[in-house]
Amino acid sequence: MVPLSWYLALSAVLFTIGVVGVLIQRNVIALFMCIELMLNAVNLSLVAFSRFHNDVTGQLFVFIVMAVAAAEAAVGLAIIISLFRNRETLNVDEADLLKL
Amino acid sequence: MLKWITLAPLIGAAINGLFGKLITNKLGQKAAERVIGFIACASVGVSTALAFIVFFGREWPVVNGKPQIAEPFFTWIKVGGFQADFAYLLDPLSGVYILFVTGVGLLIHIYATGYMHGDPGYYRFFCYLNLFMFMMLTLVLADNLLLLFVGWEGVGLCSYLLIGYYIKWDVAGDAAKKAFVMNRVGDFGFMIATFLIFTAFGTISFVAKGDIPSLLEKAAERPVEAFGVFGVMTAIALLLFLGATGKSAQIPLLTWLPDAMAGPTPVSALIHAATMVTAGVYLTARCSAIFVKSPTAMAVVAVIGAATAIFAATIGLAQNDIKKVLAYSTVSQLGYMFLACGVGAFIAGIFHVMTHAFFKALLFLGSGSVIHGMSNEQDIRKMGGLRKYMKITAATMMAGWLAISGVPLLSGFFSKDEILWRAWSTDALPPGMGKVLWGVAALTALLTAVYMTRMMVLTFFGRERFKDESHSHAGPAHGHSAQGDEHGHHGEPHESPALMWIPLVILAILSVVGGYVGVSPALSSLVGVHAENRFEHFLEPAIAKVGGHEVAVQTGAQPAVAAQAEHAASSAQTESHGAAASAAKTTAPREAAHDTRTELTFTIISTLVAIIGLLLGWLIFSSNPLRKMPKLLEEKYRVDEFYDEAIVNPIEQTSRHFLWQVVDVKIIDGFVNGVARLFAGLAGALRYTQTGFARNYAAVILVGAIIVIGYFGYIALR
Amino acid sequence: MEFAHILFLALASLAVVAAFNVILQRNPIYNAIGLITVLCCLAALFLTLNAQFISAMQIIVYAGAIMVLFVFVIMLLNIRSEESVTDRQKYLKWLAAPLFLALLGEVIAVVRHVERFQPPAPLPSANTMNNPEAVLGTVESIAHGMFTDYVLPFEATSVLILMAIVGSMLLARREKKEDIERIEQALAAQEAEQPIVEDSEEEVAA
Repeated sequence: MVPLSWYLALSAVLFTIGVVGVLIQRNVIALFMCIELMLNAVNLSLVAFSRFHNDVTGQLFVFIVMAVAAAEAAVGLAIIISLFRNRETLNVDEADLLKL
Repeated sequence: MLKWITLAPLIGAAINGLFGKLITNKLGQKAAERVIGFIACASVGVSTALAFIVFFGREWPVVNGKPQIAEPFFTWIKVGGFQADFAYLLDPLSGVYILFVTGVGLLIHIYATGYMHGDPGYYRFFCYLNLFMFMMLTLVLADNLLLLFVGWEGVGLCSYLLIGYYIKWDVAGDAAKKAFVMNRVGDFGFMIATFLIFTAFGTISFVAKGDIPSLLEKAAERPVEAFGVFGVMTAIALLLFLGATGKSAQIPLLTWLPDAMAGPTPVSALIHAATMVTAGVYLTARCSAIFVKSPTAMAVVAVIGAATAIFAATIGLAQNDIKKVLAYSTVSQLGYMFLACGVGAFIAGIFHVMTHAFFKALLFLGSGSVIHGMSNEQDIRKMGGLRKYMKITAATMMAGWLAISGVPLLSGFFSKDEILWRAWSTDALPPGMGKVLWGVAALTALLTAVYMTRMMVLTFFGRERFKDESHSHAGPAHGHSAQGDEHGHHGEPHESPALMWIPLVILAILSVVGGYVGVSPALSSLVGVHAENRFEHFLEPAIAKVGGHEVAVQTGAQPAVAAQAEHAASSAQTESHGAAASAAKTTAPREAAHDTRTELTFTIISTLVAIIGLLLGWLIFSSNPLRKMPKLLEEKYRVDEFYDEAIVNPIEQTSRHFLWQVVDVKIIDGFVNGVARLFAGLAGALRYTQTGFARNYAAVILVGAIIVIGYFGYIALR
Repeated sequence: MEFAHILFLALASLAVVAAFNVILQRNPIYNAIGLITVLCCLAALFLTLNAQFISAMQIIVYAGAIMVLFVFVIMLLNIRSEESVTDRQKYLKWLAAPLFLALLGEVIAVVRHVERFQPPAPLPSANTMNNPEAVLGTVESIAHGMFTDYVLPFEATSVLILMAIVGSMLLARREKKEDIERIEQALAAQEAEQPIVEDSEEEVAA
């Protein structure tokens, strides 16, 4: 059997990559994709735990997470489209009206 | 009943103050004056009547050997062991005071209704004057030091209001401020003394409250401090005296009184001659129990009293304003009173207070009459020969003149002579000091006679100098200008209306006969009547007696016995007011006779001094009225200038350059503004974290997450 | 080294490489391809973990719907490669690597201790007729759990999806001319009452 810690380690690596991606990327759509990457890493972790505890609750959680991720992707992309219409650019640094 | 003596003038003040303007507007000046004047005089009249009724009415209950009426009004402060009530105490000392304060006050109120005629602020004047009477009576009738202080401060306030009565005249305003500030310096001493008294005796009340004995009884239990030793009693006494110097214009706080002559003349008469300035003497006499325990303080009081007396007398010699002469004369006579207290003759001092109130009020009111008749001319160099034009004023003022000079058989003679004799024969001070003080006092008496004669000669006798030049007004512009127009030509002096000369006549009578209550037995023996000094006998229970100054411990009985030797008391006439048990006849007749002879000798010396002074003054000034007096005296020894340089200017410079520009602007404002700037700076610095870029926010969140995870991981893995 | 381990390592390395692709590529289409690769690898890993239903859901929903949506949007916005715009937060590039290592280090440090966990027992096959619902990963087990214990989150999720639909429609709608005129009239009327200048509103309404 593959030890649980391997799955968790992979989940951690993917998550960390996603986080760093949020920092690095300037394209707002790529930014979004890094966020999806983070969500998937967590899904992996949940499923691994579900298997190793023999409890279906983990997989139910993943189900809900996927549904939420879908909703979030839809709304987020709508926002991005609206942002693009106003700024004509997808550089996330252009949306800085919250600056003091 | 006692509270109505004080409250009646307060009611008068309230009515006049609140409705005076309304009355003046509705009724017109003339009718309003009558109404307001009536209210004011009536309220003081009620006080006077009540005072006489209480004084001469039913016998006073005797408490602890002292006849007194204690009347509580309401509890004011009661905190722990400290109690100060609004409560009144009528004992011989305050009884004498309320009689002449209300009596002379009433006469002056009546006079003022005539004097202030035509003044637009009539109602204000009488409101303040009534308020003053309320404060003074509270001061005198107070049964504890705190209420006395309320009255003390109140008379200071009314003095300020009344000196500065002519609001548009800058000189008056400055004089009022000067009076108030100098009073406050004295009040500082008073307050510290009160604190010390409370600390030392545990009470500030003059009557026993419950089982706490009065402060006077407690003071009487203390030992006498040796001369030169600076103990608690000496400290308290000196601080009380500091308060008294402020209120009664002694050295070093005397310069406000001559400047206070900027107020209307009735004010000068009432406040600065008869009543307020005697509050210092009242305080000293009231706390005599403390003073007699401290020969050092008594010496200080006597020396300063005598020094002030002669200092002011020399200045009075050279003044040309009729009111200033009288002002310095007041200071000088107050010095006499303190001299009396200092040598242990408190009662003689009070006697002089009373007679001085009569003749000094008379002299001031008379001078007001002269000023009024001369259409506001106050310079005596411009008067002369007025006795033809103002007969009543002249006659009454001559009575006052003779009284103050100490001519025999008038009131001033008796009181002054008593003081001189006591100064010589005192044993409260180190030996020899009394003799020196007698010398100074006698010299002052001479000078008094001289300068009063000068004033009278220049005013009433001689060539009519006012006809020399076209009239020039040298006085303040006030309501009198209206009246002057009514009388047609300004140049002709005229007698004052009846409202003004009737009080003068009454006061003149009092000045002549008022002294007979206090004739010492030595003098009365001349006429064959062996009467004791009624005044002294009456006041004895209220005043402490001096019992030698080098004894360590004194019990209460010993000083009484020792002091009895001073009285040549043959028979004790029981007064209808419950005499004390001092009917001892323990004096040896031979000693009494020796003392009597010495006393008579000194009486003759006093008489000679008075007559010489009168003659000197007459001779010098009749022939040459406008003789120039030494410039130093005319400039009042430049004391005001000295105070300005030494005290006022440094304070002003410090305030302006240090306290204002450094402490206020730089430190306080700097601190407050600095705090604001600090926060503004912080905000400015923190603003840089809100960049608006989502990536920065994400980075910060990540860093935070790392820290938190690290922390919890560390805890979990330990 | 069993087959399971080798399979895991292969899938894991593919996922990691694709993930690096996601974060480092310029062209958004390449990012999307990387992400799809990661999703598929994860789906395979789910299979190894006896999560058949979830694995299928991953492919259908995530890779099949969400990523398609992403690609649609990318193509709709007609984005070329990232323009050479000067990066205003240059420091983040240098900050990324240390933070990466920090976070990774921390999590690995925690995860190492999970070694002592016991390996799980093998699961029965779903074909046994004993208790179909009890077998982990089957549709029955998920349905059983979803509609009994966790029905509330399920319903809430459906509401959430409804909100998402409405929201995304509203946000992405191109405003019609009448709407623009109506908004401008309302703004003018408001300014007549209280003359307050708000520059952001003008920009948005334009």
